[in-house]
Amino acid sequence: MKIFVCIKQVPDTETRIQLKADRSGIEETGIKWVMNPYDEYAVEEALKLRESKGAGTVTVVTIGPKTRVTDALRTAMAMGADDGIVIDSADHLDPYLTAKALAGAIQKEGAFDIVFTGKLAIDDNAASVPQILAESLGVPHVTMVTKFSASGTIAAEREVEGGAREVFEIQGPCVIAANKGLNTPRYASLPGIMKAKKKPLKELTLADTGMQASQIKVRLKNFELPPEKPKVKMIAGDAGAQAKELVQLLLEEAKVL
Amino acid sequence: MGKVFVFIEGLQDLKKGSLELLTAAKASGREVVAGLIGANVKGLAAKAAQYGAKTVFIADASTLAAYNPDTFAETLTVMIKESGADVVLGSSSSLTRDLFPRVAARLDSGVASDCTILQLTSGDVKARRPLYAGKCTAEVEFVGSPVKFVLMRPNQLPVGSPDSAATATNKDFSPPAGTGKITNKEVVKGTSTKTDLTEANVIVSGGRGMQNGENFKILEELANAIGATVGASRAVADAGWVPHSMQVGQTGKTVAPSLYIAAGISGAIQHLAGMSGSKVIVAINKDADAPIFQKATYGLVGDLFEIVPKMTEEFKKALHK
Ligand SMILES: Cc1cc2nc3c(=O)[nH]c(=O)nc-3n(C[C@H](O)[C@H](O)[C@H](O)COP(=O)(O)OP(=O)(O)OC[C@H]3O[C@@H](n4cnc5c(N)ncnc54)[C@H](O)[C@@H]3O)c2cc1C
Repeated sequence: MKIFVCIKQVPDTETRIQLKADRSGIEETGIKWVMNPYDEYAVEEALKLRESKGAGTVTVVTIGPKTRVTDALRTAMAMGADDGIVIDSADHLDPYLTAKALAGAIQKEGAFDIVFTGKLAIDDNAASVPQILAESLGVPHVTMVTKFSASGTIAAEREVEGGAREVFEIQGPCVIAANKGLNTPRYASLPGIMKAKKKPLKELTLADTGMQASQIKVRLKNFELPPEKPKVKMIAGDAGAQAKELVQLLLEEAKVL
Repeated sequence: MGKVFVFIEGLQDLKKGSLELLTAAKASGREVVAGLIGANVKGLAAKAAQYGAKTVFIADASTLAAYNPDTFAETLTVMIKESGADVVLGSSSSLTRDLFPRVAARLDSGVASDCTILQLTSGDVKARRPLYAGKCTAEVEFVGSPVKFVLMRPNQLPVGSPDSAATATNKDFSPPAGTGKITNKEVVKGTSTKTDLTEANVIVSGGRGMQNGENFKILEELANAIGATVGASRAVADAGWVPHSMQVGQTGKTVAPSLYIAAGISGAIQHLAGMSGSKVIVAINKDADAPIFQKATYGLVGDLFEIVPKMTEEFKKALHK
């Protein structure tokens, strides 16, 4: 089985976000970078699949400034992925260009069986790359997958509103976007980390994937910090008095009910 | 002047989010085309007309009862092409978030997803969306995108009043056969009949301070009194006290209700990421230093087991006078 996993490096959620002076984006100095948490589920599912088949390769692919994003690939290789591909580019391409470049890089490797991704990246929260990737590769795709099996045919399940679940059956190669609940990602072991340093890493440029930096569809600009929230109003007294005052404030001051 | 296409999910009724978008579309002065895909959805067309649609495109077939990415994407692509609209609006849901990027890719266009601000005029569309777990927002500008797709979070825009005399021209579309590469095997119904968290206007959430799943009863009683949906922190979902579908936060659901009541939730950054867009936040916590109070509109320090039942009582008194 030839398996690919597309991963993204994102700022750790605990990191403080500051804007650039011209508000064209965020200040990147001092940010702690981690692998997007949903991508960990994607890597884990790929490794489990390779293990269950007893054969095959797991290739992790990422796009971004190579000096930085390669760390995410090494983390995935330390978990057990076989090799990596980094597409060197500026940061913050839009979902369209990101997906097209990833598709280009995967197609260069020949035929594939499954591409795993996270359901979304927690930085821009677009949840669009997996779908555009699948469309570009011309294969079926299930988003937000919480259950996956590939014995015989491929079955993928996703959870929708009200806790309902949609189960799909897929023929042939596909893209699967992993959601929380799919599995429990393994930690990279110390020997794994040592081995990862020597695993093959391929470097591509955007042009190698057939794309150019100008081929975006949306641009993010005029970044703003959220407006300061007015200070919290503390409601004192015993439980009865607190409840009474709160209900009055919600109905008369906040008028939300 | 361009046309605007509003995609409407084919459920029993039009969702509030769809009404918000029809209202915004009508207010822009553009000609409004609505698109309905599903089984037994024809009946919704009249309501779409009352909220501003001049034309309603309908694909109504039993084969469209369950969401299939393949057939839905093909149907919507055909509808949008036929409409000639250069802006397509949808209310964010697990269906539209799946569907819109696919259709946008087919039309070589871009999507602005998860937006909280929409500025639609007769000639232009701009949107703004939260980034980095709500720590900042940015404007989305479309460049070289023949069709501009915008997915709005529900509960962000006003709903206009319906014009009961308004009618629309309906046009039927037959469902495509599909490629057969992806088929619906099963739809397992959820247990919840309440409004989904992502669409709820009022949410009551419980955290580890609830102590066990059984105690969520008191939150449900409060929720029933005010028409709210119950949510939870990850600590609670991971402990198995409630299903994961109830989790709010970075790895759960992003919600933006008018009122969010957090009981026994400390206010970790990952939880705040999913609910800080709420208009009014009420925090109930026995620890006066809990970080949740920094994001709250109203704060109550005390024991939730004493406060929550009293709130239910007070709400019942005030709302059912
Ligand atoms: C990658 C990642 C993703 C995450 N994603 C999410 C997410 O999506 N959603 C999420 O919620 N968390 C998420 N978390 C976890 C998050 O960091 C916190 O651990 C979690 O939110 C804590 O849940 P809690 O507030 O219920 O519990 P705690 O932090 O334990 O807080 C319990 C609170 O209850 C109060 N309390 C106890 N008893 C009472 C009482 N009788 N009356 C009143 N108050 C009482 C306590 O004072 C305390 O403040 C994530 C973490 C990571 C690392």
